[in-house]
Amino acid sequence: MAIAVAAAPPAQDTSASAASGMAVSCRNLQVRFFTERRAITALQGFSLDVAVGEFLTLLGPSGCGKSTFLRVVADLIRPNGGEIRVFGAAPEAARLRRDIGFVFQDPALLPWRNALANVELPLQVAVSRARRAKATPRELLELVGLKGSEQAYPHELSGGMRQRVSIARALASDPKILLMDEPFGALDEITRDRLNEELRRVWRELRITVLFVTHSIHEAAYLGQRVLMMAANPGRVRAIVPVTLPADRTLTTRESAEFVALTGELRRLLETC
Amino acid sequence: MSVPADTLSSAPQLDDEQARYRDARRRERWRRRAMPALGIIGLLLLWWAVVVIFQVKPFIAPSPWAVLQTLIAKRDVLLANLIPTAGEALGGFLMGNLVAIAVATLFVHNRRLQEIFFPVVVMFNSIPVVAKAPILVLIMGNGVEPKIAIAALVCFFPTLVNGVRGLEAVNPQAMELMRVLSASKREIFFKLRVFSALPFLFSALRIAASMSVIGAVVGEWIGATQGIGAMIIQATYNFDSALLYAAIIMSAVLSGTFFMVIVGLERWIIRWQPETA
Repeated sequence: MAIAVAAAPPAQDTSASAASGMAVSCRNLQVRFFTERRAITALQGFSLDVAVGEFLTLLGPSGCGKSTFLRVVADLIRPNGGEIRVFGAAPEAARLRRDIGFVFQDPALLPWRNALANVELPLQVAVSRARRAKATPRELLELVGLKGSEQAYPHELSGGMRQRVSIARALASDPKILLMDEPFGALDEITRDRLNEELRRVWRELRITVLFVTHSIHEAAYLGQRVLMMAANPGRVRAIVPVTLPADRTLTTRESAEFVALTGELRRLLETC
Repeated sequence: MSVPADTLSSAPQLDDEQARYRDARRRERWRRRAMPALGIIGLLLLWWAVVVIFQVKPFIAPSPWAVLQTLIAKRDVLLANLIPTAGEALGGFLMGNLVAIAVATLFVHNRRLQEIFFPVVVMFNSIPVVAKAPILVLIMGNGVEPKIAIAALVCFFPTLVNGVRGLEAVNPQAMELMRVLSASKREIFFKLRVFSALPFLFSALRIAASMSVIGAVVGEWIGATQGIGAMIIQATYNFDSALLYAAIIMSAVLSGTFFMVIVGLERWIIRWQPETA
């Protein structure tokens, strides 16, 4: 057995192994969870390439492994099989290099720190590894539209403002990739639309790679350059839909025939998941 | 349907309504403060009435007036006995809580230790204080040590339980955030766990504040010559009911003061609103 493996030639087929020039590249990823009653396959045969600087939205029904995939990229979950590279390295190395910024559905701000101190947190933890974004925490708060709220405590901020702080915090340590797990899922639609618009602005300004998980078809289509549609049981890639909308998008883009056609297509795909 | 915004702000009756609302709120606040005082006064009057109407003998129950007189007449003796009790309670409070916090920290970082010893602590706690007290007196003798130990023991348990709960009650996504940031266990403890635990810790400390006085008094019941506990025992044997009640009031004032100090400290330290609020 051991001899056979040693004698086997190295894999020549590049499509069978993760590509290195990509922000995220994975092949045949498998993640399983166990409960007393059953085993859940959160991801199976999951292969994907995300280019550096790309904005990819992940869309799919609950339990299709979208969040699991983000957590594999962030080294919060170890896959049971397959291969994954984040900027050419293992997720652990990427995490240790501080390549990763994570925005959770719950802003998870520390309630005893004011907005500014929350944004400074990444610079005060694992200090030897911490990179500093070119923008100071104060400037990052300004970037997400919170100039003047530096001293406010989380309980004094609205849900949308808290999530803005959380985004500024993720950017503070100058990550190369921003992983966003339904960050606007708990917000009202008006706030959500505004944050969508501003997130696109931030992304275009910083030229950072973004993986954005959402339940909303509109959000997925409006934000992404590509939409990754996933299917559940087991979690797998259903389709990758390129978004042909202009790069300069405003909320009125969502009234265009192109946008309506795109969301229609996504809805049909989602229904057959 | 829609009303122009300026008609709303220019309406003169709005300020009146606002003022009336504010007055109503103020009255409500005062009412809420006055009600407990009314209860206490009512209870005192009832006590007095019962003693007078049924002609209760002074060695069975004193009148509130007699207790007040004793409080004033014997204030030197009462204060002299209050000081050792306060010292024991404070010593026990500090010791019990410090050890409890240390053990809670250990338990949170070593699950195996927690699994082994937590049930033992729960079992030990189910023994009543009055039963544990004689054991400690036998071991430690008749000085202040067993009293402090008993006070420490009764403080220990609530703080340990709440300490462990608090240190583990970290927002799971904040925990994931710390892991994404490659935070060390030490950083997670000092930047996250400690702060998450503080509200839990203070609710335990509030309990422990009054428990520590109970512990010290119970400790003094067993072979002490001074302290509020010793006074309670002596007054009971001498059928000096007025002194007994005065001693009880002293202990209540002591634990009330402890409690208020902790509440004040809590307000001063925890200025943020807990996440669940």
